[in-house]
Amino acid sequence: MHTNTIAQLVKGLRAGDYSSAELTRFYLDRIKQHQNLNSFISITETQAVTTAQQADIALSKGNAPLLTGVPIAHKDIFCTQGIKTSCGSKMLDNFIAPYNATVVEKLHAAGTVTLGKLNMDEFAMGSSNETSFYGAVHNPWATNTVPGGSSGGSAAAVAARLIPGATGTDTGGSIRQPAALCGITGLKPTYGRVSRYGMIAYASSLDQGGPMTQTAEDAALMLQAMAGFDPKDSTSVELEVPDYSAGLNDSLAGLKIGLPKEFFDDALNSNMATVIESAINEYKKMGAQVIEVSMPNLKLAIPAYYVIAPAECSANLSRMDGVRFGYRCADPADLNDMYIRSRGEGFGTEVKRRILVGTYALSAGYYDAYYIKAQKIRRLISDDFNKALEQVDVIMGPVSPTPAFGIGEKTSDPIEMYLADIYTIAINLAGLPAMSIPAGFIDNKPVGLQIIGNYFAEAKLLNVAHQYQQVTDWHQQTPQGFA
Amino acid sequence: MSLTADDVNKIAYLARLGIDTQDTESYAKDLSGMLDLVAHMGTIDTDNVAPMAHSLDQTQRLRPDQVCEINQREAFQAIAPQVEANLYLVPKVIE
Repeated sequence: MHTNTIAQLVKGLRAGDYSSAELTRFYLDRIKQHQNLNSFISITETQAVTTAQQADIALSKGNAPLLTGVPIAHKDIFCTQGIKTSCGSKMLDNFIAPYNATVVEKLHAAGTVTLGKLNMDEFAMGSSNETSFYGAVHNPWATNTVPGGSSGGSAAAVAARLIPGATGTDTGGSIRQPAALCGITGLKPTYGRVSRYGMIAYASSLDQGGPMTQTAEDAALMLQAMAGFDPKDSTSVELEVPDYSAGLNDSLAGLKIGLPKEFFDDALNSNMATVIESAINEYKKMGAQVIEVSMPNLKLAIPAYYVIAPAECSANLSRMDGVRFGYRCADPADLNDMYIRSRGEGFGTEVKRRILVGTYALSAGYYDAYYIKAQKIRRLISDDFNKALEQVDVIMGPVSPTPAFGIGEKTSDPIEMYLADIYTIAINLAGLPAMSIPAGFIDNKPVGLQIIGNYFAEAKLLNVAHQYQQVTDWHQQTPQGFA
Repeated sequence: MSLTADDVNKIAYLARLGIDTQDTESYAKDLSGMLDLVAHMGTIDTDNVAPMAHSLDQTQRLRPDQVCEINQREAFQAIAPQVEANLYLVPKVIE
């Protein structure tokens, strides 16, 4: 049962093979059985059982929306009305969201049953899920390793088949890198494609929500429900949502794949390079053509990101001040003391680092040297991608320089952790859509292939990913102990 | 670029962010490391490059000037740390 994809569950529910109530009970039991992964922050059992019963009634009437009765879970960054929305932080440990994020509303309207809220790096700042106030998430492929981050709970839960699909968010790789490290499919849509309303902001010009699933076919189903214009998000794009499933089976003959030479330099582990090359070979067999492209400014993506993201986060997180919601320190002496101690006690170390760097970069006298400079570099990086995408349909490369690393292995050196996001961060700066799909293993640890497309070319990415999943079975592998 | 513990304290105050005294040195080290990383940007000439604030060059949308939000004060204040007479309470600001 647990290895079923969303597409299979949709069919099974409609054929009456099982009810949504049975499915929901099955997955809730499985989540509880594997709580040692620490992938969930909250399990919403009561609400899930009620929603599943309503789904079964809707299904019996015959006109239910496509995903009716399918269990999913949300990254704990999406506001869920009446349910704790912690964002992985002590600051919001007591925060019961007063409204739903648009993504939550849309997936609810599509008929999904929410089983709970998934663990994540605190305020989505991290690449290992170790900065969560609720503790590290364990990668089901090797429980002493990290699942990646920041959507680590989402990736681990889907990889362990505790849920068939989950929401995630990606500011610098936070959907793609955990998807790669856990051996699942993750899609970061074009900036503006999925509403950010009710998705707690980290870096507003980079954040984008997306689906995390077993297959590209499932990602298409989830994205279909998640995408679309939202008047409540001022950066939401007013553009028709195409049918993401319609072109999944299109032939890839003649597809032009760009390989940036900067992705395949000495920094890339040789085992990793071998896996990526063999994935590219599969595409050649399907009739794709490979072209070398260049991204001369790629190495500047991390420096630019570590100005822009902290600057935006320092502004966004200023709302966490102990006044209207969230954590407030005990017995404040005066207003300033309340701000300083509430924030000092409520935020963890990584969040503090980024707030401090952002505050510094935006402070008087430094704004031009850091923030404006970073925005100029951002333009150069974006131009590199635009130039490459004039020559090719998609760009491919690794997601992460290495497979999953050990829990605690990189926590003492934050800079080393940042450098590992080299292949994902540039895509957020440019605002392009990109996927990670399972492409093999190194020492029994999953490896992801990254596929980057042009603006709003999600359907093309899904087609390219789906075709690979028709000729390979990496995405069907399940970790030992969860099979 | 190297920041001192004093610098960290100043920045932390600007951000109204409490930092434990024993952690100031390690923040100074981490922040200096981050600024060194960022300093690579300085090697590139960007004089004729327009800053990119956003990946999609779009203008802010306007909407008709009509009331579209309903008052949700009770829902919002239900999760506040301290409320009295529909007001958010904070410690005394003026003696």
